[in-house]
Amino acid sequence: MKKKVSLVLALVLLLALCVPLLTGCGEQQTVLNVYNWGEYIDKDILTQFTEETGIKIVYSTFTSNEEMYAKLKAGGGNYDVIFPSDYMIERMAKQDMLHPLNYDNIPNITHIMPSLRNKAYDPGDVYSVPYMWGTVGILYNTSMVDEPVDSWDILWDEKYAQNIFMYDSSRDCFMPAMIKLGYSLNERSDEALQEATDLLIQQRPLVLGYALDDIQDKMVAGEAALALVYSGYVVGAVEENPDLAYAIPKEGSNVWFDAVAIPKSSKNYEAAEKFIDFLCRPDIALANVREIGYSTPNQSAFDQLTPEEQNNPVCYPSEEELARCDVYVDLGEYNEKYDDAFLRVKGN
Amino acid sequence: MRRNHKALHLISRLYMVAVLVFLYAPILVMMVLSFNEGKSRGNFTGFSLKWYGELFQNAEIMQALSNTLIIAVISSLVATVVGTFAAYGISQMNRRSQGLVMNISYLPVINPDIVTGVSLMLLFIFMRMNLGFATMLISHIVFNIPYVILSVMPRIKQMDRHLLEAAMDLGLPPLRAFLKVVLPDIMPGVISGMIMAFTLSIDDFVISFFTTSGVQNLSIYIYSSARRGIEPTVYAIMTLMFVTVVSLLLLINRKSLGRTVAKRTRI
Amino acid sequence: MRKLKLFALPYILWMVVFTVLPMFLIVYYAFTNAPGNSAPTLEHFFKAIDPMYMKILLRSIWIAFLCTALCLLLGYPVAFLLARARNGAVWSLFFILPMWMNFLLRTYAWMSILENTGILNSLFVAMGLGQMELLYNENAVILGMVYNFLPFMILPIYTNLQKQDVSLLEAAQDLGCNGWRVFTRVTLPLSMPGVVSGITMVFMPAVTTFAISRLLSGGKFMLFGDIIEQQYLSTGNWNVGSMLSLIMLAIILLSMGLMGRFGSDTKDGGGML
Repeated sequence: MKKKVSLVLALVLLLALCVPLLTGCGEQQTVLNVYNWGEYIDKDILTQFTEETGIKIVYSTFTSNEEMYAKLKAGGGNYDVIFPSDYMIERMAKQDMLHPLNYDNIPNITHIMPSLRNKAYDPGDVYSVPYMWGTVGILYNTSMVDEPVDSWDILWDEKYAQNIFMYDSSRDCFMPAMIKLGYSLNERSDEALQEATDLLIQQRPLVLGYALDDIQDKMVAGEAALALVYSGYVVGAVEENPDLAYAIPKEGSNVWFDAVAIPKSSKNYEAAEKFIDFLCRPDIALANVREIGYSTPNQSAFDQLTPEEQNNPVCYPSEEELARCDVYVDLGEYNEKYDDAFLRVKGN
Repeated sequence: MRRNHKALHLISRLYMVAVLVFLYAPILVMMVLSFNEGKSRGNFTGFSLKWYGELFQNAEIMQALSNTLIIAVISSLVATVVGTFAAYGISQMNRRSQGLVMNISYLPVINPDIVTGVSLMLLFIFMRMNLGFATMLISHIVFNIPYVILSVMPRIKQMDRHLLEAAMDLGLPPLRAFLKVVLPDIMPGVISGMIMAFTLSIDDFVISFFTTSGVQNLSIYIYSSARRGIEPTVYAIMTLMFVTVVSLLLLINRKSLGRTVAKRTRI
Repeated sequence: MRKLKLFALPYILWMVVFTVLPMFLIVYYAFTNAPGNSAPTLEHFFKAIDPMYMKILLRSIWIAFLCTALCLLLGYPVAFLLARARNGAVWSLFFILPMWMNFLLRTYAWMSILENTGILNSLFVAMGLGQMELLYNENAVILGMVYNFLPFMILPIYTNLQKQDVSLLEAAQDLGCNGWRVFTRVTLPLSMPGVVSGITMVFMPAVTTFAISRLLSGGKFMLFGDIIEQQYLSTGNWNVGSMLSLIMLAIILLSMGLMGRFGSDTKDGGGML
């Protein structure tokens, strides 16, 4: 009797386990699984796409390139359209995780600025189309910094002890150090890494915190004078606190791209390409950049911005400033060395 | 003597209030931020209800909320039933198997979320299950059960071991005997286990992230929007949730709570 | 009597599939170069016992221990008072309710409170006390951990105390014991199972906390959970990550076993080895 009861319970559990297997394969309509950063698209665009094409969109979000990569690498989730950053595109392409785009299905590619195409992370734009872009620089509070900010040296200035935020990622923290030492931001030699590590250890007492997404809020509150940030943070921050300003140091910096790509595991290449084409359409790209506030790579959308928006040096730096900026290249195995070195910088 | 009592009474009251202030201070901050005109947590620029308005137009966040609640309720219920029976069963084992089972049960508690999340994801992929609602639910049950067991176990240990035997000697079948005799006795442990399970489920991010696709809960929504600065809409939804729960609690217990406040500690 | 064990059968099945199998996967990753190469290797072990990692592991255990002790000190009186209160059950809910608000938002709120330009410091400055550094250090991390784990200490102790037989306490009092002696001789020993449960529920997850440390210390104070997370995500080396996690599991289970042996009657602990 008692045995029966337990058996029944066990059976019920097993049955419960089988349910998802059955429900797993239900719908037949074309569904596009879009995987993007949070709040990184104008939601109306998704509705409009479904209205125009009849393709349903399942939209979900990730928090970092690495998390998205970890999931796709293991084969988790059936995503059709993803939005990785430059170095991640390179890594995924190297590992044969991306589908080469068929540009016959993406006629609107012509609207993308030629200067932002064919970058080192994806030569020939085989796998990706730029979605948004920006730079890395110094966000500073003009009420706390009197001198002009134009060099990375200011992040090592004792005057600003406990008044500096660095970004909590090994690549971004090492970037200014490498450049200051005269190396490339994609440097891959042990001696350079050692020198840069020493430089960052020397800087550590001046750093208030190695922060992530909260830098924006903290700078708005006036928590520190200087911070290493992505340009994407800046527009919103300046709106909240007009004392804030942004500079791309003269030694050069990083220019980054978030792009659209299709994972190899997708089963809807064509629909996915249709969606990418849709994103490149000038009216859509315009709506999108207005909503998000980063920098658009779409020339036709850019032309429709107001002169004021076009001349915003945060979003659209001058040609000569951009010429000094480099794209991150995937470091492959060497990444681990950066991470270990960064741990030594932070660890106490 | 009486003076002593009164002082003790006052001190214990103050102590409870202090702990509650500690627990609720951040909640209060969140509530204030939900009325912030500006977007940044950094400064309060003025009072506004606009985030509440945006909340109801945001289908994504509402869907995420409903997923969160459904998963929290189902996973905590299932975990409570399975965990309670399990705890009793385990308590009847000999010491060695008891130790073994308990130590294995601890694994999801000790393992960092990322390890649990990734290993469950690998398991689901290996089992050819499509990641989605079901896999997320299963994962929540996985990390909830140990907390239920841990919460029920002490009550069982406290119980009179011979109670159930006596009931069974009287001819009750084990399941009935368990439900009639044991369950009422361990009920507080069961309930607190369920509450803990619910709490853990509602707050989980990492494990959910790796075991779902397409379906997201509130944590995934909030964490993934952090890069662009937390939208005060999520403060608004938290505030609404909080106010709803508290008013429900107060409403249900209106009468009895009134009396408690007057009469608290003895001893 | 033996048949009562079967109550655990559904769970045991569940556990084998969803706890033991994933564990095997972790062990597999820790000792091979999976995915891709399934030849056994010890290289991840040698990488994982890097002194820097081990130092951080020891520190994490110490911090978790501190956090557990603080939770016990703060939480026991709360549980005790709740158990004596009428409607303690409802009141106890109020002690866990804050945890239903999203973790990230709660932590951001703590930052708003503790920052140099935060609420507390504004108050201090207004009162003429001057600014203090409350955030960006170890203390902030401990505070954040105690905050997040406190309810998991209160609840099990409360459930246990609440069950205690009042007549027993009265009897002790009648026999001339004063309040304190009743507490140390009767209440406290009887509540040990609840205390052990609470300690388990706080200590074990506390060792592997991550994010709290990163957010509240300004990234300057890493704990072992952060290291494992970094291995999995940033570095992308699941093998080393799995190995680190195994080492930590072994150490925690061992230390819990020792604690169980030296501490109270092991029988109460549930399953400390």
